[in-house]
Amino acid sequence: MKFLVSFLLSLSLVSLTACTKNTNELVIGEFASLTGNEATFGQSTNKGIRMALDEINAAGGIKGKKVKLITYDNQGKNDEVASVVKRLITQDKVLAIIGEVASARSEVAAHIAQQYKVPMISPSSTSPKVTAVGDYIFRVCFIDPFQGKVMAKFMIEHLKLKKVAILRDVKNQYSVGLADVFSKEVTSRGGEVLTDVSYQGEDVDFKAQLTQIKSKNPEAIFIPGYYGEVALITNQARQLGIKSVFLGGDGWDSNDLVKNSKKAANGSYYSNHYSTESTDPKVQDFIQKYKGKYSEVPDAMAALGYDAAKIMTAAMERVTEMTPEQIKNEIAKTKDFPGVTGNITLNDQRDAVKSAVVVQIADDARKFIINIAP
Amino acid sequence: MQDLIQHLINGLSLGSIYALIALGYTMVYGVLQLINFAHSDIYMMGAFASYYVSRWFNFEAHPGIVTLCMALLASMTACALIGVAVERFAYRPLRGSPKINILITAIGVSLFLQFGAQLIFGPNPKAFPTLIEDVALIETEFIVLKSLEVTVFVITLLALGVLHFLVYKTKFGKSMRAVSHNINTASVLGINVNKVIVLTFIVGSALAGVGSVLVGLKYPKIEPLMGVMIGLKGFVAAVFGGIGNMTGAVIGAMIMGLSEEFVVAYLSSTLRDALAFGLLIGILIWKPSGLLGKNTVEKV
Repeated sequence: MKFLVSFLLSLSLVSLTACTKNTNELVIGEFASLTGNEATFGQSTNKGIRMALDEINAAGGIKGKKVKLITYDNQGKNDEVASVVKRLITQDKVLAIIGEVASARSEVAAHIAQQYKVPMISPSSTSPKVTAVGDYIFRVCFIDPFQGKVMAKFMIEHLKLKKVAILRDVKNQYSVGLADVFSKEVTSRGGEVLTDVSYQGEDVDFKAQLTQIKSKNPEAIFIPGYYGEVALITNQARQLGIKSVFLGGDGWDSNDLVKNSKKAANGSYYSNHYSTESTDPKVQDFIQKYKGKYSEVPDAMAALGYDAAKIMTAAMERVTEMTPEQIKNEIAKTKDFPGVTGNITLNDQRDAVKSAVVVQIADDARKFIINIAP
Repeated sequence: MQDLIQHLINGLSLGSIYALIALGYTMVYGVLQLINFAHSDIYMMGAFASYYVSRWFNFEAHPGIVTLCMALLASMTACALIGVAVERFAYRPLRGSPKINILITAIGVSLFLQFGAQLIFGPNPKAFPTLIEDVALIETEFIVLKSLEVTVFVITLLALGVLHFLVYKTKFGKSMRAVSHNINTASVLGINVNKVIVLTFIVGSALAGVGSVLVGLKYPKIEPLMGVMIGLKGFVAAVFGGIGNMTGAVIGAMIMGLSEEFVVAYLSSTLRDALAFGLLIGILIWKPSGLLGKNTVEKV
């Protein structure tokens, strides 16, 4: 009998410690494309977030509690997103969510987060539709209407090119949104869109579209897709003897682009969230620390993941009571936050207002060309 | 209109790729009346085999005809081995059971290979090495013809020729046709049916291996699900041309490649896949046995 009592007692003690251990941690969830066609997006974002949280935990955590990150892979598939985000919210009971790069996937998650009233920060989804879902959804990057304008302005004022062709991914909300804005802006600035053709995300053969573009003889081709397809497109374009300049958006930012395109992407320009050539000590400090930790140069997705995690934890630091609703309210108050990707202020649409940079690809380097303010 | 010729070149080169896959489908169907859905995944395995062999031996450092042949050999061997294994362990135990059982098994094997490959190789796309320099044979203002496109086209025609010779001029071909005609009678007449079927799988899978290296060179992005769409298209091409008929498969594939090219060029890229399957439905209504297929009369 004595034995049984002591056994039960020790059992309850174990469960008690298990409970207290849980409340000593603040759990943040992340969903990311760690594998699949946009694998570097998810991996870089994840590395950025982990680095930020490690720094927070090393400095004592938030209000004396450690922050724990739970990351689930969605394999770059839109239909995986719903199940992993629901799992984060209902099973892991996360306080807040960080995720994704691809706008279509962030939008799927945004609907769920909004429904369960869990705050979500997208580090790098640029489609306006993502934060339009509701008041629990935020982002720390600029949006496509701005990014499209930046590339149009850059092409016409800086490169002095007027005739452009557009090749968009019709299945990708990000690509379509960016192409629309770019097209409108080019026309209003006196440029000419010679042709606007499309492909579909998982295609591998783009020669039909490229042959058609070639016959129009454009000075530049705007390809607002993700790096996986862009690599094949630029490669096939050069094979067909197309000599136009390639322009793109932040979906190009991956170290795999040059390698997979067999160097065809070299010399192209794209708009991005930050430049590794920035002289800002904050940026250089981040790059040094990141290199030390992962021995590679952080791309924009890593920098945005870092900023998203820092803004999230800063908001958690400010709350009086650790509830999703209060965290949401505090994220919304983010003002002049000194991020790696610039000073971040969230506007009424819960979007960050920041300047963009245009970079040129030269093998593994991204040459800083110009900074364009909103 | 000057780009018409370029579109023709692109379409034929795409069609050649489909043809290599379609030939594999048609071979196995011709002998076993089985649609080997795992064929497109054997093709994917071939791409990975040549990718890893090229990396181990650092083929990319010395591109040329020799490295290309070595990569082809690696991929063909891997494909043939997997083809034989699939036949031995998945299809042979079921031979004699209803067709639908084998068909479902084929789909199962296909999924097994796809997701097995995701586990082993990881689902991230890999950049296929440049094994041979792709030089321009003709380069004018409007037309570019690359050596790789010609190579793919020639290899496809060559494969068709060799297969024709194999099936109609050799003793092995004769036993293949006998097995195809009636598997029981053939075995009664002293033909080693198992041997014939294994050899058919070897030949068909090796063709997929050739296709995978050529596709890897043409579209240097390989991933475990790369076989799905191209396999479906190859299958449609085989049915379109008359499944079981080798010339039909090649003609069907060329028609598919060309019509896809022209649809994307002059209509819209969203219609690309719709067209492929529209063609399939059309031919099944108009001529159910395909363009060159034999009409079979149901014996009562």
